Amino acid sequence: METPLKAQHLVIFLLLFPLGPALLLAAVRGAGFRRLLVGAGAAATAAASVALAAVLPSGETLWIAFASPFADQAVIVGEIVVTLFLLAACRRIRRREAWIPVVIAAQGLLLGWAEFGRDLPPVATPLYVDPFSALMAAIIGIVGGLIALYSPGYMADHHRRHPEEKDRRRGFFFLIFLFLSAMFGVVFANHLLWLYFFWEITTLCSFLMIGYTGTEEATRNAFRALGMNALGGLAFALAIVLAGTSSSAPTLEFARVAAPGAALLPAALLAFAGLTKSAQLPFSSWLLGAMVAPTPVSALLHSSTMVKAGVFVVVKLAPALHGTRTGFLLALVGGTTFLAAALLAVTQSHAKRVLAWSTVSNLGLIVACAGVGTPETLWAAAMLILFHAVAKALLFLGVGAIEHRVGSRDIEDMGGLIATRPRLAIAMIVGILGMFLAPFGMLISKWACLKALADHNLLLAVLLAFGSGPTLFFWTKWLGKLISVPSGARASDDVVGDERLALSVLVLLTAGACGLFPLAAAWFVDPWILGLFGAPLALLTRSNLLIMAAMLGMLVILPAISFLQPREPRRVPPYLAGANAGGDAFTGALGATHAVSLRNYYLADFFEENAIVRTATGLALLLTVGMLALA
Amino acid sequence: MKTALLGVVLWLIAAPLVGGLLAGADRILSARLQGRVGPPLLQPFYDALKLWDKRGGVVNRFQNFYMVAFFAFVLASGAIFFAGGDLLLVIFALTLAGVMLALGAWSTHSPYSHVGAEREILQMMAYEPMLLLAAVGMYLAGRSFHVNALASSGIPLVLQLPGVFLGFLLILTIKLRKSPFDLSASHHAHQELVRGITTEYSGRSLALFEIAHWYENVLLLGFVWLFFAFNPALGVAAALAVYFLEVVVDNAYARLTWKVTVRAAWIAAAILGATNLAVVKLLLR
Amino acid sequence: MAFFKKSPWLLHYDASSCNGCDIEVLACLTPIYDVERFGIVNTGNPKHADILLITGAVNVQNEEIVRNLYGQMPDPKVVVAAGACAMSGGVFQDSYNVLGGIDKVIPVDVYVPGCAVRPEAIIDGVVQSLAILERKAAELKRRGGSGEPEKPS
Ligand code: SF4
Repeated sequence: METPLKAQHLVIFLLLFPLGPALLLAAVRGAGFRRLLVGAGAAATAAASVALAAVLPSGETLWIAFASPFADQAVIVGEIVVTLFLLAACRRIRRREAWIPVVIAAQGLLLGWAEFGRDLPPVATPLYVDPFSALMAAIIGIVGGLIALYSPGYMADHHRRHPEEKDRRRGFFFLIFLFLSAMFGVVFANHLLWLYFFWEITTLCSFLMIGYTGTEEATRNAFRALGMNALGGLAFALAIVLAGTSSSAPTLEFARVAAPGAALLPAALLAFAGLTKSAQLPFSSWLLGAMVAPTPVSALLHSSTMVKAGVFVVVKLAPALHGTRTGFLLALVGGTTFLAAALLAVTQSHAKRVLAWSTVSNLGLIVACAGVGTPETLWAAAMLILFHAVAKALLFLGVGAIEHRVGSRDIEDMGGLIATRPRLAIAMIVGILGMFLAPFGMLISKWACLKALADHNLLLAVLLAFGSGPTLFFWTKWLGKLISVPSGARASDDVVGDERLALSVLVLLTAGACGLFPLAAAWFVDPWILGLFGAPLALLTRSNLLIMAAMLGMLVILPAISFLQPREPRRVPPYLAGANAGGDAFTGALGATHAVSLRNYYLADFFEENAIVRTATGLALLLTVGMLALA
Repeated sequence: MKTALLGVVLWLIAAPLVGGLLAGADRILSARLQGRVGPPLLQPFYDALKLWDKRGGVVNRFQNFYMVAFFAFVLASGAIFFAGGDLLLVIFALTLAGVMLALGAWSTHSPYSHVGAEREILQMMAYEPMLLLAAVGMYLAGRSFHVNALASSGIPLVLQLPGVFLGFLLILTIKLRKSPFDLSASHHAHQELVRGITTEYSGRSLALFEIAHWYENVLLLGFVWLFFAFNPALGVAAALAVYFLEVVVDNAYARLTWKVTVRAAWIAAAILGATNLAVVKLLLR
Repeated sequence: MAFFKKSPWLLHYDASSCNGCDIEVLACLTPIYDVERFGIVNTGNPKHADILLITGAVNVQNEEIVRNLYGQMPDPKVVVAAGACAMSGGVFQDSYNVLGGIDKVIPVDVYVPGCAVRPEAIIDGVVQSLAILERKAAELKRRGGSGEPEKPS
């Protein structure tokens, strides 16, 4: 097929362009110039990703031929460099972590054998782009760009607060843009070796970013992340060895074209790699540990984009896994993770940990959808990826901004934010609503999922039903904290500058994704499903859309109505058993005055964190092993 | 389309009348169970009309918005149901309504409301699985998520879903705010919670809460009816019987703790609900 | 038509009663007297109540509480002072800490005598207060509800 010039160029632009700002940022010291560079780089990346979505012919997959042998060689050199760099970094490991360099070395050897020891046919089209990739690219470009834009201000403040830390901001911004480039690589690569290369770069970026602050805790957590991702990398390398034979080139296409049986083992191995990257149980602990990194990193790598690489690949594998026992077990890993992580999120009061567990939980749902692999569930998976990326980025950046205003990441310290910092609170509220509430993101997907699961995987439907309860619980109580209004709360410093821009755009994006999701579905997801299965999917019937639109409309209109009340009702202080002592204080025994202090429920003795982690990890481990064994 | 519209109009007009009468009957029956005479049948209407005339106060200017939203989403939820729409959307709208109610209580920053709000979402966490499984069960047995398709299919859902039905009865006690699971807004005051979630509401917003509760009760009995929809008259009889059973249970039990509530509802969902679904899936399909 | 007469919700507060009157108030709820026949509900929450039924005298400790509870009740509302203590301080009126009857602190609409006050008398007092409640409601309506006689405490 003739490749339209423009889309192809945009793909290559997205792959290579971020490296420019990355290298420049590695050299620049001045704060002003850095801000400018970051802004320009982010804007150009976002614009290109949007342009790609616009010029991509609807519903088509573009195979991009890339005849230069130089590219292949560059990838090989790059892989060697990354491996050596990681091995060198391992000089700081502890004894318990001694297995990490072993795994990395094994990975390198396997790959060396795959590349040099065997005679693989050349890959004619190492890159491709289909509607789903274009959607992912748009997410990476826009959300990633906004997070990049937000970072300089945050990092400046971070270093003001932590003068003891070494200022490594040049490396930081280099990594941010390198990471963007690698993420585009992951979504566009068809050649498995290229995909592996980009995959490893994301691992590398994540490793370096988690260790950014240089504290002992950060270093250990970075190595934990590296170790678990290296396990995934090893599985990936094995998959390459198995997928590429002398007759078939090692491309992602194997999942669709190879004979069902032959594709299963490499697909299972790749899915395993996806599980590690997207922090599914039993590998979730690295993502929780990754929360020591500065907040923009958490937003960019560990919630909105990098972990999505894992589920992205798993979704791509769905055709090979659909209807197999391996796929069934994979779906169960996702379902278990969804439920367990939701329960764990209930017990946390640290905002970033709640976000981390909810990310794990959400990705679990996506994995479950991919494992089932019917058109409906893949549709739901794609929509989940979209909603989660936008809303989660917004929430992370919001938490970061709150942290710098309030001085705490604890949800208990966010009480009354709607009164003290209304803009910030509204950003958080929109994010939370986008995450779980009807008629928004999660809901649409949950709705599509439940329908499909009732037919295809009853066990998962049950897990989904059970997981949605705690999900509701932990989001609602957070929302409640934000909107409670202690008496005497006064507005104070709200968001400013680039932070404000990034948050505002993300608020609009989240709201837009919720309001206009049928467009996203029609533009990206439906054509992709059509291309994949050859049959259109009529999930969103007109009457259901109407109902959802009406619900959304009510949410928008009702606040307006309630502010049109003819007469402001009388203000009465809250009931404190008649003992109000002004404001939120009451008179207690012996005439002492106490302030009212309200804490949310964390049910820590009901959902015991350790017990849940242990049980769910064990279960997930069994399922994962079973998944590989049955492949 | 026409019947759907008729359903919505009927829901909007008749449901509060039916719900109010049921609430009145509830109070009389409760009184009789306690050896008293009890109020007139129309007492709930008197109460609501009186509240409408009171000059309510607020703790802050946001709180009434949440109550209006609660009311609106309960109405929307029932409208979807009685228009014959998607059961899952009915449940989601009802969930949204519940969230709004809890948020209203949170917004007041009052200790009693706060505990009420926390318990309200605990209750929601408790009943959500069983509610969703009930919808899934109806889909498995009746081949549709749509109320009108389920109602007109002629399939005796309750016979295929006895476990789901029992589980649903259990969470119905939570949803109807009846003992032993009336954790968040105890209808009998003078307890540790004062009035829990509605403590800080007065006047019209409190009236809205009462009326929304009538609507909600009718909607929930609509769910019960759906189990028996193969014979509509039997369905109405079953719904009424279930309601009066709940009143008796309400009077016979003291309140249990939230832990017992969550456990009971989840165990019911896992054993009665999930097992029943598996049996339906394996045997009937 | 207003429905205050048909749905009087009351808040019972024990100011500093000897508990004698309180027992009688509770007796009203029992099957023998069953005040719910008249739609009377014991709410336990000032924000839901129409009638503030107080037993016992006001003392320096609860003066503020009585005021607070009264202030939190939405209009229209009435106060019933039940028992000798609530009317005037009763046997406690010479105590060092007792201020006297409820009307020392908030306006009282109905006085119900008795020591202890009999349930029949309480019910009669409440029913008497309903006429006043209706009158206040009508007045409030006439004024358009703009006037707020009491400031919240
Ligand atoms: S009036 Fe008599 S019974 Fe009532 S509180 Fe006073 S002393 Fe006790």
